[in-house]
Amino acid sequence: MNAISTIAMRELRAYFATPLAYVFIVIFLALMGAFTFYIGGFYEAEQANLSAFFNFHPWLYLFLVPAISMRLWAEERRSGNIELLMTLPITTVQAVIGKFLAAWAFTGVALALSFPIWLTVNYLGDPDNGVILAAYVGSLFMAGGFLAIGSCISAANKNQVVAFIITVVICFLFLLAGFPLVLDFFGGWAPQALLDTVASLSFRTHFESISKGIIDLRDIVYFLMVIAAWLYATAVVIELKKAD
Amino acid sequence: MIKAESLTKQYGRLHAVDNISFTVQPGEVLGFLGPNGAGKTTTMRMVAGFIAPTSGHSEICGFSVEDQPLEAKRQLGYLPEGAPSYGEMTPRQFLDFIARIRGLDGGRRRRRLDDVVGRLQLGTVLDQRIETLSKGFRRRVGLAQAIIHDPPVLILDEPTDGLDPNQKHEVRELINAMAKDKIIVISTHILEEVGAVCTRAIIIAAGRIVADETPDALIRRSRYHNAVTLRLTTPATLPETAAALRGLDGVDHVEADERACSITAFPAGGAVIVTAIADLAGRNNWPLEQLHLESGRMDEVFRSITEQEAGQ
Repeated sequence: MNAISTIAMRELRAYFATPLAYVFIVIFLALMGAFTFYIGGFYEAEQANLSAFFNFHPWLYLFLVPAISMRLWAEERRSGNIELLMTLPITTVQAVIGKFLAAWAFTGVALALSFPIWLTVNYLGDPDNGVILAAYVGSLFMAGGFLAIGSCISAANKNQVVAFIITVVICFLFLLAGFPLVLDFFGGWAPQALLDTVASLSFRTHFESISKGIIDLRDIVYFLMVIAAWLYATAVVIELKKAD
Repeated sequence: MIKAESLTKQYGRLHAVDNISFTVQPGEVLGFLGPNGAGKTTTMRMVAGFIAPTSGHSEICGFSVEDQPLEAKRQLGYLPEGAPSYGEMTPRQFLDFIARIRGLDGGRRRRRLDDVVGRLQLGTVLDQRIETLSKGFRRRVGLAQAIIHDPPVLILDEPTDGLDPNQKHEVRELINAMAKDKIIVISTHILEEVGAVCTRAIIIAAGRIVADETPDALIRRSRYHNAVTLRLTTPATLPETAAALRGLDGVDHVEADERACSITAFPAGGAVIVTAIADLAGRNNWPLEQLHLESGRMDEVFRSITEQEAGQ
């Protein structure tokens, strides 16, 4: 546990030691605002809720989360620091979790800084703050899922740009797993059971049910399992490819 | 103690390291020599637990690197090739991070930090970002990281690469100062380093050990060992001097270099010929500028051993 927190703290500091963190947060907040007010029609809807805000989170994460995750391991391998890290008395799993938690905490900070929108909606109307809190929790878990995917892809590629693109594609498939774009691919030949399984993997379906204010344990467990599975895959990939 | 048993690493069909075994005892400083690509770094990475061997195994202080990696790594200070570190951190932050991961707590961490900063003279750059430091400072930060927990075993991959002669000297002093009670393995292709710090040298070529001796024994393999080089003031007398030397007892053959105006006499079977040659020169009043007994040339030994291996 100590090793995990030491690594996570180092990583988190590293984000803020470079312009990356500030650039990311500014763009993240600016895009969120733009989507909510212009495309989501927050004012026009005249409803005291934040669905116009949360509806765009999956799409924002699709491009912004891979931008964080791409450097997680690709950078360690390119710089040779992975050799230093992996010869310290820590396990690969500890390193993987530590780095993931730092990235997740960073995304959490960026998400939390969107609080003015929450103040706005409370100023304008009388929203159900329980629903908003649930949606924030759901959004954070979804970001964790994207980050875990990105962590694994980053471990498999030394090149950050390649890691970014592949992560976006895989996240896109996970996002839309419950939609015709993905399901039609399986439709012709796969048994219904497989079809249902694929459909149930959709990030969006799980996120939407949480963002409506229903924190179903199954949705949380779903995201936790996605995170655990991809982090485990990350550790396996690192063991295989660390010295390449 | 470090123990490596039949370490082998295959990449496809290539045997990067082929059945290497050795043990190192406390107090020994083992130098790993070999041409680039001979398998030095791969061997060190296997012993340090960074990559798993295809077959064979290694131990550090009784802990199996493959089966008890955490225990083994706790005993080890390791400087990877190129001395990587996190560029956006300052040496103070970086060393503090390593110390924490290594489980050093409060007071001990501060004492150790002060100790390594003093030993490696990092005081002036302690709060500058590592990426802005010169190559020499970065290498020293890497060394500081390796010794911060005062480990019984040190594995240093090219510790003096990129340092200027003064810094090299300091790092060698540091290694010598630590050598008494530690096990140290260094890799290098700077041959003078072997004589300066190592008590034992292993030469590897094409993934195999081709020599495992003390630096003295290694240098005795040189054809220059006990040879005598004379430098004359004028090249005119070169031929007759060479002829006289050839006639001397114990001289195997003679090589003359007209440009340098020098003659080297090689002894037959390690015989000592220097006194006989000095006598001869005195009696005949040779126009001598210099008379020099060669102890042997490490680079020549290195080349003959490794090229012989590559040729096979």
